[in-house]
Amino acid sequence: MNMSIPINHTQAETEILSRFDAIKSGLVGSEAVSTLREEALEEIKTKGLPHKRVEEYKYSDLRAYMKSAAAIAGEADPDAVASVLNDAGNFGALERYRVVVANGRFVPEVSDVDGLAAEGVDLGDFNDLLACENGVDLLGSPKSAGSDATIALNTAFVQGGVVITVREGVDVSKPIELVHVATEQGAQVARNRIAVSKGAKLKVLETFAGDAGNGEINVVFDYDVADEALLSVTRLIVGQSAGARLFTSLARIGEKAEFKTLGFMAGPAFARNQQFVAFEGEHSEAKLFGVTMARDTALADHTLIVDHAVPNCNSREFFKTVLDDRAKGVYQGRINVAQHAQKSDGEMMTQALLLGEDAEMANKPELEIFADDVLCAHGATSGQIDEDLLFYLRARGIPEAEARTLLVLAFLSEAIEEFGEEDVTEELETRVRNWLAA
Amino acid sequence: MPAVQETIDQVKAIDVDQYKYGFVSDIDSEKGAKGLSEETVRFISAKKQEPEWMTEWRLDALRRFQTMEEPNWARVDYPKIDFDALYYWASPKSVEGPKSLDEVDPELLATYEKLGIPLREQEILAGVEPKNRVAVDAVFDSVSVVTTFKEELKKAGVIFCSISEAIREHPELVKKYLGSVVPVTDNYYATLNSAVFSDGSFVYIPEGVRCPMELSTYFRINEMNTGQFERTLIIAEKGSYVSYLEGCTAPQRDENQLHAAVVELVALDDAEIKYSTVQNWFPGDSEGKGGIYNFVTKRGDCRGKNSKISWTQVETGSAITWKYPSCILRGDNSVGEFYSIAVSNGYQQIDSGTKMIHLGKNTSSRIISKGISAGKSSNTYRGLVSAHRKASNARNFTQCDSLLIGQDCGAHTVPYIESKNASAVFEHEATTSKISDDQMFYCLQRGLDEEGAVALIVNGFVKDVIQQLPMEFAVEAQKLISISLEGSVG
Repeated sequence: MNMSIPINHTQAETEILSRFDAIKSGLVGSEAVSTLREEALEEIKTKGLPHKRVEEYKYSDLRAYMKSAAAIAGEADPDAVASVLNDAGNFGALERYRVVVANGRFVPEVSDVDGLAAEGVDLGDFNDLLACENGVDLLGSPKSAGSDATIALNTAFVQGGVVITVREGVDVSKPIELVHVATEQGAQVARNRIAVSKGAKLKVLETFAGDAGNGEINVVFDYDVADEALLSVTRLIVGQSAGARLFTSLARIGEKAEFKTLGFMAGPAFARNQQFVAFEGEHSEAKLFGVTMARDTALADHTLIVDHAVPNCNSREFFKTVLDDRAKGVYQGRINVAQHAQKSDGEMMTQALLLGEDAEMANKPELEIFADDVLCAHGATSGQIDEDLLFYLRARGIPEAEARTLLVLAFLSEAIEEFGEEDVTEELETRVRNWLAA
Repeated sequence: MPAVQETIDQVKAIDVDQYKYGFVSDIDSEKGAKGLSEETVRFISAKKQEPEWMTEWRLDALRRFQTMEEPNWARVDYPKIDFDALYYWASPKSVEGPKSLDEVDPELLATYEKLGIPLREQEILAGVEPKNRVAVDAVFDSVSVVTTFKEELKKAGVIFCSISEAIREHPELVKKYLGSVVPVTDNYYATLNSAVFSDGSFVYIPEGVRCPMELSTYFRINEMNTGQFERTLIIAEKGSYVSYLEGCTAPQRDENQLHAAVVELVALDDAEIKYSTVQNWFPGDSEGKGGIYNFVTKRGDCRGKNSKISWTQVETGSAITWKYPSCILRGDNSVGEFYSIAVSNGYQQIDSGTKMIHLGKNTSSRIISKGISAGKSSNTYRGLVSAHRKASNARNFTQCDSLLIGQDCGAHTVPYIESKNASAVFEHEATTSKISDDQMFYCLQRGLDEEGAVALIVNGFVKDVIQQLPMEFAVEAQKLISISLEGSVG
């Protein structure tokens, strides 16, 4: 409405604009890519960072949170990357391949390039593709995301990333851990593309290691799940950090395919995990899970839009949130059903447990339905630990603290178990226990 | 089930673009100047013989309005309203007010008869138990013409009159409560209403009084091109109870008409207000032409302890509905309720819902919303449930269900659930579906035809809300729903 009125930039916004000028010349990509980056920055310049008056960021005021914008982290030294990786203890002894993106750039030296190639999985540098003639296509975003500020920030500053392609029919024997490493303080901006070809199967563990300090971590994951393919993604958003953590998933799902993902959040002061999932083929399924723990004054935001653009698809969203102290949890989920997308089946559930007196939960489960032959439902609850359950356990001799832990664990485990990736169940439950003990 | 049979007959008898209440009665009426300006506001205020403070209050609102922008967040789409092309005042000629029914313009009485307003109730209801009586304050294009049962209400100490009369007769009450629930600057349309409101009802129930009858106002928009800006204020003193019925019909027109009402309810300690609405304004013809724009601000303030406010609404009309009857649960242990049926057909657009704002301790609220969309309509539930820091043990239960009939309509649910207190327990559930094949099969197998089956299933779908309506409305509401859905079945 009032787009023409210039805004007063905050310090962070000013720094974002100036850091773009500083690195502009070194950014990868064709002219079309450069134009796209400029446009994305212009978006930030005119609208500023998203704030509570922007509906999608109503509960997650990034503009107020980001006091300053750190410089973009420089290229990482592979040795430094290796040492950070040695310290990171994600998923312990679990057998897996590793693919590393450090300071926003793919590091083949410490990634299992050969092992994966032997299985039929190709790794490429996002920047190599971006430099190609059609490179600009890599920076697309779905319509449902609109002009999202997090994606715009990513587009303007993206440093690189990895492109993982699973060849047709390949069932990758071990999960791939896609780890983002920060070897220095500063903003980490990456974009990865994971393509699972027809009939192929892949499990991905997305983790983050190192300390980015005040720098924001902004990563876009672009998933392409072809017909009859399966992609499972476990994303760990853990560890203390002051910088905003902004993650975006863009998923396109083909025919008779399955996409499932679990976002596990515990620790960051400001984290937003946003997902835009679109069905492009019929008879497919998407399952989105969330397990969130937050304390102190942390903000944990799960935002998602599932687009039923074609008929006969199922989607399930199941999110669990535990909040202590003055933490704030946000769940904004929307199921869109297009006019011709008959026989769509969508079910969304968000549940929050408020442990701290001053904790806050905002739920906004939306349905937007234009087809009549559909089954869509959503539920939302928030409340405290059930005193009756607590009494039951205490009456059986379990001390109060332990009983509470048990109940919270049971509450969160519901989503972990429903997600059903046995490889990671134990790791996630241990993390829940550790969080509760801390 | 005779009620169902009746519904089916009704549906058969009426074509979609033959709006039952679509007629224009030719009564001379007096209009103010076209356009929104200080003069218009002064003109209205002078016409109503208002005191100076009221004129100032209106002018203040007008100045605020001129700085505001039209909200655009609702899922409704309509051509921009030219506020300067509207008339803000129209009243039947006889401003003096007739002393008895005989003095009322016979054509006006005929109009009421078509509408089914039981204006001659005293005769009709003679011999009937007094508690079954309904008092009607008939609003005919902005001015209360006849108020019935006034005497009996007076005996109970209840004040039930037009708001303009209240401004003259009870300025202390109006000054104290007007704008205290919906502030002048609350939103675009409420501010507009504050500046130019024409008339409406005023109800005051004294301490400890249970209002001896259901109070009822029928609104009717009659004059071509006239915005109808009703203002209703209901105050329930400590320990009192009132049930208020509001029903609306309007004649068929080509041009869109604007309606921006404000309803304020105040419930003090232990008081209860039940507010029921059946809204059946012209929704536009089968091509989506015409129809009423309904931008209403309704809000109840449970100001006292243990108070209760209950909204029940059946929305079948209007081209555009923008309406969120809300409860501010300020008093400890107060209760808010919202029961709604919103039916949209043709090209209707409904964006409606409620707000339950929990401020006090042990407050509870309940929301039951049933949306039915058919034809090419769009039906959105938009609701807010929030518990503030001090609202310990707040409880909310929300259920919003949508039923889709036909493949060109849309049903949307946009709930905001904000809990800032750990002891608050909120539960929300929503479903969207079409009439299931199983249900249809079951009914057809038992010999019902398709229309009958749909009517039966829809009646079942909305039953929870219909039950909340007073008897007088329940039957009418059921008929209205089936009329509204005509043309969508099969």
